[in-house]
Amino acid sequence: MMRHHVILRVITKVLIGPIILFAFYVQFHGDYSPGGGFQAGVIFAVAFILHGLVFGLSTVQKVMPPKWVHKLIALGLLIYAGTGFAGLFMGGQFLEYNVLAHDPIHGQHNGILIIELGVGMTVAAVMIAIYYAFAARPPRISDEEW
Amino acid sequence: MLIAETSFFANFVAETIGSNAVAPHLPVLQVAIPLIAAPLCVLFGNRTMAWMIALVTTLISLAISINLLDHVTTFGAISYHIGGWAPPLGIEYIIDPLNALVLLIISMIGVLTVLYGRLSIAQEILPRDQTLFYACLMLCFTGLLGVTATADAFNVFVFLEISSLSTYVLVAQGANRQRRALTAAYDYLIMGTIGATFFVIGIGLLYMATGTLNMADLAERIVPIYDNKTVLAAFAFIIVGIGLKVAIYPLHFWLPNAYTFAPTAVTVFLAATATKVAIYVMLRFMFIIFRPDFVTTSHILEFIILPFAIIAMFAASFVAIFQADVKRMLAYSSIGQIGYMLLGVSFYSEKGLTATLIHLFNHAITKAALFMALGAMVYVVGSSMLNRIQGLGKKMPLTSLLFVLASLSLIGIPSTAGFISKWVLIEAALEKQGHWFWVLIAFLIVASSLLAVIYIWRVVEMLYFKEPMQNVEIKEAPMGLLLPTFALVIACFYFGFDTSLTYDTAEMAAKILLGGAQ
Repeated sequence: MMRHHVILRVITKVLIGPIILFAFYVQFHGDYSPGGGFQAGVIFAVAFILHGLVFGLSTVQKVMPPKWVHKLIALGLLIYAGTGFAGLFMGGQFLEYNVLAHDPIHGQHNGILIIELGVGMTVAAVMIAIYYAFAARPPRISDEEW
Repeated sequence: MLIAETSFFANFVAETIGSNAVAPHLPVLQVAIPLIAAPLCVLFGNRTMAWMIALVTTLISLAISINLLDHVTTFGAISYHIGGWAPPLGIEYIIDPLNALVLLIISMIGVLTVLYGRLSIAQEILPRDQTLFYACLMLCFTGLLGVTATADAFNVFVFLEISSLSTYVLVAQGANRQRRALTAAYDYLIMGTIGATFFVIGIGLLYMATGTLNMADLAERIVPIYDNKTVLAAFAFIIVGIGLKVAIYPLHFWLPNAYTFAPTAVTVFLAATATKVAIYVMLRFMFIIFRPDFVTTSHILEFIILPFAIIAMFAASFVAIFQADVKRMLAYSSIGQIGYMLLGVSFYSEKGLTATLIHLFNHAITKAALFMALGAMVYVVGSSMLNRIQGLGKKMPLTSLLFVLASLSLIGIPSTAGFISKWVLIEAALEKQGHWFWVLIAFLIVASSLLAVIYIWRVVEMLYFKEPMQNVEIKEAPMGLLLPTFALVIACFYFGFDTSLTYDTAEMAAKILLGGAQ
C-alpha cells in the first residue's frame, strides 16, 4: 500500500459514508422531492468510483467484485419487471401500483418506491461496471489482429 | 421422454394463454416475459441455464404471438393500458393484424435462432461470454417485440434503443472469430445512434407541435396542422432516422459489415427481424400517424422511396455478384430485398402494401434459412469465403441442398414463398394502369430477380462443380444446425403454396394502413 497522498486517502475515507448516506436520502425521498433511482444510483456509484480512484481498482473490487456488479444490474431490472408482474398477479394491469396495497394511495407509494429501488440498483451497478470496464481495459489490439 | 415433456409444456402454455385470467394481458406479456428472461440469464450465470431460459422464453413468446395473431384477425385490434393509466396519458399497447404479423416473425425467428444457437454460439463465442450473450439476445428480442407492440411514439424510441444497443454488443461478439467485427459494430453503433437521434428529434418536434405521444392521438391532432413547419421537419427527421435502421439504399453502409462479421446466430436473427421491424415502424409512422394524404402531399413516395428502392434492387444485387464472401453477398442481397419492400410502399396502393408485408414475412424466413445453411458450412469449414466452400456439395450434401432450396425462394421460383411476394408486387405494379412507367417497373422487378440468379449461381457452382479441397477432413454439419434450417426451408415452400396466413393478414394490415378498416 502506497503511503503518499495522505490527505486524499483520509478525505476519501471520511467522504464515502456521507456520499452513500446522501444516495440513500435521494433514493428514498424520491417520491416526495426531486430525486429517485437514477440520481441516487449515480451518487451511490460515485462512492465506489472514488474509492477505486484513490485506493486502486483491486481494492475496490474486493469490496464490490465485478461478478456481483453484473448480478446487481440484473437484479435491479428484475425488481422493476417483477413489480410489473406483481401488479398482474394482484389482479391489476402490468405495472399498476394501485393494487399493491390495501388502498390505492399506499399502493402507488409502494410501487414507486420498489421500482425506484430497482432503478437505483441497476444504475449504480452499471456506473460501477462502466468504471471497471475502463479502469481494467486490456492492452490495445496489435496491428496484425485487424 | 423429451417429446412427452415438450408436448406437456406446449399444452400447458396453450391452456394458460387461452385462459380468461391471462388472455387480456397478452399484449404486455409478449414484451414483459422476454424482458424478465434477460436478467434471469445473468442471475443464474450458467450458460446451459441461459440457453434453456432463452429457449423457453422464445417458445412462450411464439405461443403468445400466434394466439394474438389469431385473435386480432378474427376479433379486431386489442388495446392494453400499462399501469391502468388510460391513453393518451398512459402508455398504450395496441395489437392489430399489422403488428401481430411482425410479432409472429420476430418470435418465430427467435425460437429457431436459439435452437440453432446451441451449437453455433457454443463454437463461436467464448464460454465465459455465453451467458451474457444470451442475456443480450433476450434484450434485443424484447426491444424488437416492444417496438412492434407499443402504440406510444416515445415508447417506440425506448424499445428501439434497447434492441439497437444490445445488437451492437451482439455484433461485436463476432470479434472472437474475426477482429473486424469490432469495427463493424462500431460503424453500426455510430450510424444506428445517428438514426436513433434523428428519430427522437422527430418525435420531440411532433410532441412540440401536438403535445401528445400516443399514436392515435397524434394522428388526430396532426390533421389541422399539416402545413406546420415543425410537423414537416418532424416527418423528415423520423423518415431519415428510421431509414438508417431500415438500411434504405443510401443509408445502408453499416449493414454489410455488421451482417458479415457478426456471429452466425446473430446474423440470422438480425437479417430476419431488425430491418423488418424498422420497416414496420416506418409504415406505422407514415400511414397511421401522418396519414396517407400527408404522405402523398409530401411527394416522398415517388421522389425518394421509389427511386432509391429501384437503385437498391439493382445496385445492391450487382455488388452482391462480385463478393468473395458469401455472407457479405447475402448481406448485399438483403439491401436489395429491402428495395422490393420499399417499392411496394411506394406504389401507394392496397396491393403494393400487401406485397411489402408479404415480402417482409417471406424474406425473413428465406434469408434466415440461407444464413443458417451458410452458417452450418461455416461451422464445419470455418469460413464463408467462396473458395473455402468449394466442393461442399459432395461433402455436405444436406447443407448444400438446404442452401439451394432456400435460394430458390430468394430468387422467386414458382412454388416458393419468394415467388408469392414478387408475384403480388408485380401485380401491384401492373394494377396501376394507364402509364408505361409501371410496366417498366414490373419489368425491372423481374430483371433484378435475374441478378439474384447470377449471384446465387456463383455459390451453386462453387458447391457442386468444383472439386472439394483435399487434405481437409469435412463431415456433414450436425443435426442441431440442420433441423432449424430444415424447418425454415419447409416454411419457405409451405408459404409458397398456402398463402392464407401471409396474404390475408397482409391484406388486412394494408387496409389498416390506408385507413380502410379502423
